[in-house]
Amino acid sequence: MTVLSHGPARSRVIRLAQWSLVVRPRAAAVCSALFLALLAAIVAALSVSVNFVPVGGVLAALTGHGTPAEQLIVVQLRLPRAAVGALVGLALGLAGALFQSVTRNPLGSPDVIGFDTGAATGALIAMLFTAGGAAATSLGAVLGGAGTAAVVFLLSLRHRGLAPLRLVLVGIGAGALLAALNSLLIVNAQVYDAQSAAVWLVGNLAGSDWTKLAMLAPVVVVGAVLALLLERSLAVGEFADERALSLGLSTERLRLAAMAVGVLLASAAVAAAGPISFVALAAPQLARRLTRASGPNLLASALTGAVLLVLTDLAAREAFQPRQLPVGVLTGVVGGLYLVWLLGREWKKGRA
Amino acid sequence: MTPHSSGRRLALFAALLAAVAAAALLSLMVGRQPLSPATVLHALAPHSTGAAADIVRGLRLERTVVAVAVGLALGGAGALMQALTRNPLADPGLLGVNAGAAAAVVTGFALFGISGRYPQMWLALGGAAAASVVVYLIGSGGRSGATPARLALAGAALSAVLLAYINALALRDQRSYDTMRFWVAGSVVNRGLDTLVAALPFLVVGTVLALLLTPGLNALALGDDRGRALGVRVGLVRVLTAAAVTLLCGAATAVAGPIGFLGLTVPHIVRFLVGPDQRAVVPMSMLLSAALLVLADTAGRVIGTGREIEAGIMTAILGAPVFIALVRRRKLVAL
Repeated sequence: MTVLSHGPARSRVIRLAQWSLVVRPRAAAVCSALFLALLAAIVAALSVSVNFVPVGGVLAALTGHGTPAEQLIVVQLRLPRAAVGALVGLALGLAGALFQSVTRNPLGSPDVIGFDTGAATGALIAMLFTAGGAAATSLGAVLGGAGTAAVVFLLSLRHRGLAPLRLVLVGIGAGALLAALNSLLIVNAQVYDAQSAAVWLVGNLAGSDWTKLAMLAPVVVVGAVLALLLERSLAVGEFADERALSLGLSTERLRLAAMAVGVLLASAAVAAAGPISFVALAAPQLARRLTRASGPNLLASALTGAVLLVLTDLAAREAFQPRQLPVGVLTGVVGGLYLVWLLGREWKKGRA
Repeated sequence: MTPHSSGRRLALFAALLAAVAAAALLSLMVGRQPLSPATVLHALAPHSTGAAADIVRGLRLERTVVAVAVGLALGGAGALMQALTRNPLADPGLLGVNAGAAAAVVTGFALFGISGRYPQMWLALGGAAAASVVVYLIGSGGRSGATPARLALAGAALSAVLLAYINALALRDQRSYDTMRFWVAGSVVNRGLDTLVAALPFLVVGTVLALLLTPGLNALALGDDRGRALGVRVGLVRVLTAAAVTLLCGAATAVAGPIGFLGLTVPHIVRFLVGPDQRAVVPMSMLLSAALLVLADTAGRVIGTGREIEAGIMTAILGAPVFIALVRRRKLVAL
């Protein structure tokens, strides 16, 4: 095994026979720290509420040694919500990183290419015109989102292939069209239906249970594995098309694959929790600034998304007692303000 | 400017004016009770009475006038903003100005019960101004100044924050939510001529400012240094343009609610027709956008079965495919 200092000074390449592995010490440290932060955030989410359970009690309940009351509160009531939150956050962070890598644009997130709005349209139609309940809503969201993504992708294709900027622009157009359609549906609905639809449209983790977790987990795992398999090619694909071609990469097929995986992950997230805004947009940006590494930073983005969502959900649940806000309200405010502050600070320094 | 192009430009101006007039006439004719052009003109005459006069003057004239005014304002604001930021994607909606106005108005009626026309006007203007200042400050920090990408990013971030905030307020109770969902759709119906009268000073000042600034914006399009060399006070032009955008958007939003897509789409169509000269782009964008908003409102009356479709919804449904087609067909005319 040889360790070569290769390329940018911040990375190391470990070679073993024909395999090689790029290790970036800073990125690895950041990912470990984020993983620990995620565990801490989940424990906090299990512990804090009106019925406070101390950390010792949480750990006891998780290992099956708690009192019946702690067992009920921690494992039955709070664990599914925290776990669904973490998985949705992972999925959104990954989806955002994939989309931003494909579009080479910090604004290229599922919201921008119209996915979220399309998912909302599908869900609204299911909610207002069928009596199918939560399952129909989720199905409608997935169909609406995936359909929109496919149409946007097809409309951005031309004989010279897919231009990332055109994808973003077409997505903005499609998103505006669907937003108007959503507004039309909401204005025409009864106020009671409209308001319950609005709660879903903001994105909400309340009502997460073990069934939801069981449906969500396999999709997220498969999506995450596929995404991580694509990571190295995506890092090359972020160069100009000609350069990527000269490195033997079919950018077209790679983009299609990355978008498909991104749509799969975003669909899973939307079906479980509604279109939670800003995590997919902000998580990859934050992760990139934490790791200071080039490339799509998939793992760090996923972990950042999960930490962000679990913590915001905790705050949305507890900070406004006795009222519980839907988490989507807070992700918008907190994530957005943080991004605003971050952008302002970086630009002041003359970086970026 | 060659005589040929100036003749073509005059013809276009005349065509656009005629389009606004035709759209307005159509808007007065079409509805649940269709009227012939002659009836409409007769009903518009002073002292005329009867059912037709009631319909035309009582119901349809107000919304037509509101639609023309709001359309003028939004088209002008969009063209100015795209020229100011040299960003083909600049739009009052994208740069957070609409969201700022909406957030201020919703705060007013959800938290403080403010629903009067004048207070709402001031709230909308204040919100629009605050949002554009914040976006510009965030976007222009640092050495390289406000690049289009930075402004778009800052605008997207701020819009997201404000939309989430609006949602949080609207979900608090059912009554606010009910008011909210109609206000956010954007419409020119039942806005009341007094709202328009309240907004009129802002619209007029904004329009005059916009038209006076167009030569300066032309110089700015060559880059800051060349603009300075041509004797333009770059900073002043920027600040005044931003002020005009704020006045036009804030007043339009206060009157009709957030109506998207006109400000984004119309200047592209106009630049496609007349090229990048702002002296033509800004006024023509205003006229075309007025005609389109009136048509959108009229179409919403015809298409909706049972109830009308709001103009703000119609502009997006009609404007988005045009925009997508533009993006697909050609490179966007560079600024």
